[in-house]
Amino acid sequence: MIRVLAMAVGLCLGSGAWALDDPVTRLDDPMGSGMWDYHQVRLLGDPADIRFDDRVILRAPATAEDSLNVPLLVDATGIDNVRRILVFADYGPIPHVLTYYPEQAQPRIGLRFKIDQGTAMRAAVETHAGQWFVGSTYIDAAGGGCTAPAHAYASDDWEEKLGEIHGRLWAASGRARVIVDHPMDTGLADGIPVFIIEELQLETEDGTVMARLELFEPVNEDPAFSLYFEPGTLPASLRVTGRDNNGNRIRGVLGGGETH
Amino acid sequence: MRPTRRHLLGALAAGLAAPKAFAQARHVYDLQPRSIGDGLWMIEGATEHFTDANGGAIVNIVLARGQTGLILIDTGPSRRYGEALATLARRLDLRGVSAVVNTHHHPDHFFGNQVFADVPILALGETQAAARAEGDGFSDNMYRLLGDWMRGTEVVPPTRALDGGSQLIDGRRVEALPLGGHTVADLALLDTATGTLVGGDLAFLDRAPTTPSADLPCWLGALDALESVGAAQLVPGHGPLDRAGRAVAQTRAYLGWLDTTLREAARAGLDMVEIMQHPLPPEFAGMGAQPQEFQRSVAHLFPEIERMELPRGN
Ligand SMILES: [Zn+2]
Repeated sequence: MIRVLAMAVGLCLGSGAWALDDPVTRLDDPMGSGMWDYHQVRLLGDPADIRFDDRVILRAPATAEDSLNVPLLVDATGIDNVRRILVFADYGPIPHVLTYYPEQAQPRIGLRFKIDQGTAMRAAVETHAGQWFVGSTYIDAAGGGCTAPAHAYASDDWEEKLGEIHGRLWAASGRARVIVDHPMDTGLADGIPVFIIEELQLETEDGTVMARLELFEPVNEDPAFSLYFEPGTLPASLRVTGRDNNGNRIRGVLGGGETH
Repeated sequence: MRPTRRHLLGALAAGLAAPKAFAQARHVYDLQPRSIGDGLWMIEGATEHFTDANGGAIVNIVLARGQTGLILIDTGPSRRYGEALATLARRLDLRGVSAVVNTHHHPDHFFGNQVFADVPILALGETQAAARAEGDGFSDNMYRLLGDWMRGTEVVPPTRALDGGSQLIDGRRVEALPLGGHTVADLALLDTATGTLVGGDLAFLDRAPTTPSADLPCWLGALDALESVGAAQLVPGHGPLDRAGRAVAQTRAYLGWLDTTLREAARAGLDMVEIMQHPLPPEFAGMGAQPQEFQRSVAHLFPEIERMELPRGN
């Protein structure tokens, strides 16, 4: 029900209140989705210097097999001087999936998210100079991903594994993989309040931030990220820190070590 | 509640007394039975994924002559398919279908059940429960994939639990093997008179196995059980009749390769999207529904495999 209302509101703003969302810089949306202007104004803050650009690449399956776990790989390594990358869905009760601040990492990230219906997916890349470059792809879906209760609530042990981290570094290829166990409840399923990780970052032992993420409700249950660094530059280990909206701290260490 | 495509099509069906003839004509299943033994027929499905062109007729169906009519093993993806089966059964035997068996709870194997609601519909107990729990979700997805082919299809779970062991179904002697791994419960049936093993989706041949409900170690164990039966011939869930033991061997090889590939990818730090683009070895690339089925399997299996393979970070 909440989702239906949210969608109705979203659609109204997207079409009915057209003038309200007339952007400063009018773009020709390659996806032709009807929601682009709204997100350009509301989510990106109506920047003047913005364009669609093929160097922002989104790779994903054409159809979401599991609407609760849709993989997406965003690659903006063709863009220099990247400050942050916003990932969002044109059509979803909560469009904004995450914002990635690559810091010392390459502007490239693998993630999984919950999809609610077939939608254009976007990655909007902002440089330190305030320029915006946007890439898109379309993912078809059966739907229901955002409004279904998390799997974790069906089991009894979710509280025990809350904040449990799996992952490691691959120094030679510059890869880091991190999975944090968390229900990531969207608040859209009946009777289950919002319960999500809001911040997650990788830092060196001396506290230098290597990469930073802001997470929103559509990130999948047990968020899983691939982060990419210059090959050969990763230290032996990186700290994982973060917190959820209930004040739970997330702490762990990624090493280059053996499995298990 | 948001109206689903199923509800919309249902409303359409109810509201229009006479849909356009040409639209109807497009959605007709052409089922061809093939005799594979005394009083035993097989209908072979396309070795493809669900498409508008095949109407979801991708599954193998078996008909076996019982004492009072034909025993139907699996009922296809839709009401219309079930109706086509009922017509075909009456052509093979005037008495029509006397009993139905569902090998497992995937939609292409039991969504024709509603046409046979007046005869016993047998399945393993866990298959009954799974069909009740997951049937509506499958149905929404099938309407999305197949549209008008699904018109009027309602989920009718199997009505009677079948135990393992030697059984008489409408007077015909079968050995029921209660296995699992492709889903929570997979029934294989050995037809004693002809030595024919109906493997359900535990065995695929020249069509990529599907894994949305799979437990790979359990499935591999079930393949050993199928092999130990030593049947004269095997009807796989998808793919041609097998008299050479190819289906079990190929399914085993593919599942083993799949498990190894996903584990190695997790240990190498690959992302799901990267793995999905992994080229398939020649012996599996030519299977029906590839590489789509491999990509689906990555989505089904990788998150859990990765969690097992990556070390703990706290
Ligand atoms: Zn199946």
